[in-house]
Amino acid sequence: MENVISPENIVYQKPTLLNDNDMHYCPGCSHGVVHKLIAEIIEEMGVADKTVGISPVGCAVFAYNYVDIDWQEAAHGRAPALATAIKRLWPDRLVFTYQGDGDLACIGTAETIHALNRGENIAIIFINNAIYGMTGGQMAPTTLMGMKTSTCPYGRQADLHGFPLKITEIAAQLEGTCYVTRQSVHSVAAIRKAKRAIRQAFENSINRRGSSLVEIVSTCSSGWKKTPIEANKWMEEHMFDYYHLGDLKNNC
Amino acid sequence: MKGAIVVNTERCKGCELCAEACPLDLIHLADKMVNRRGYRYVEQSDAERCTGCTSCAIVCPDGCITVYRKKIEN
Repeated sequence: MENVISPENIVYQKPTLLNDNDMHYCPGCSHGVVHKLIAEIIEEMGVADKTVGISPVGCAVFAYNYVDIDWQEAAHGRAPALATAIKRLWPDRLVFTYQGDGDLACIGTAETIHALNRGENIAIIFINNAIYGMTGGQMAPTTLMGMKTSTCPYGRQADLHGFPLKITEIAAQLEGTCYVTRQSVHSVAAIRKAKRAIRQAFENSINRRGSSLVEIVSTCSSGWKKTPIEANKWMEEHMFDYYHLGDLKNNC
Repeated sequence: MKGAIVVNTERCKGCELCAEACPLDLIHLADKMVNRRGYRYVEQSDAERCTGCTSCAIVCPDGCITVYRKKIEN
């Protein structure tokens, strides 16, 4: 066994851009996987010194502590507006935002839609776990019908709360977007697909092909009150029926 | 093909997604052990059977697992 464990036999390890700081995310949180993918992709593209990430308000607010690239922290929901400014001032940079559903699909809906509609050359990573994770599991615009949260304890009802917002479908209708896709990170195969999607979005930003939106349907085991394994199963059984995976638009 | 994993137990949070992903069911939570942050962590049993497929490391949200693989000549 000892002769297998030596540096020349390494086939997978944590990307070096993902630093050694302990991540504050709950055990099994999808954020960790997506952070890892982002670090891997930037490392593979060799653009660590030309990348600017915009972190949101929400669980991922501390993303800048974990991935060693340049970051800016935006006001709640305003990440696409800040990304617009950065990309226009630094046109050769890879600029991406990293936002949850509370940030992107609720308070930041206007900024998101207008940035995408203008065709800003930015990539948006949209983590959709159908709940407000950081603030204690309240209902989000993306919460599924009948889903119980701390602010809709009897389940989401259409007459009282409206319907779950499919922001990615809206983005696909906009002229400014060049790549709109919905992925997940619950299995090895899904993670590989998500990695290809994020890489495509990053290349679109750096090559100025238009706006890209990559939605990652994610879990929130603490907010959903499940174990990480149960949360992944619940997501497969319930989330994918409403949020269908796959490319919605690819003009690249 | 022979594989091996090394788990960074101080970084592990014991979410067990790696245990679920392992096709040979070789990973499980260590008994009555916690790291400095108070999380239980995983360990590998029956390590001789590991093929180094990297499934556990790919799904790990915290990047705790390093995977080694070596072709063994008979």
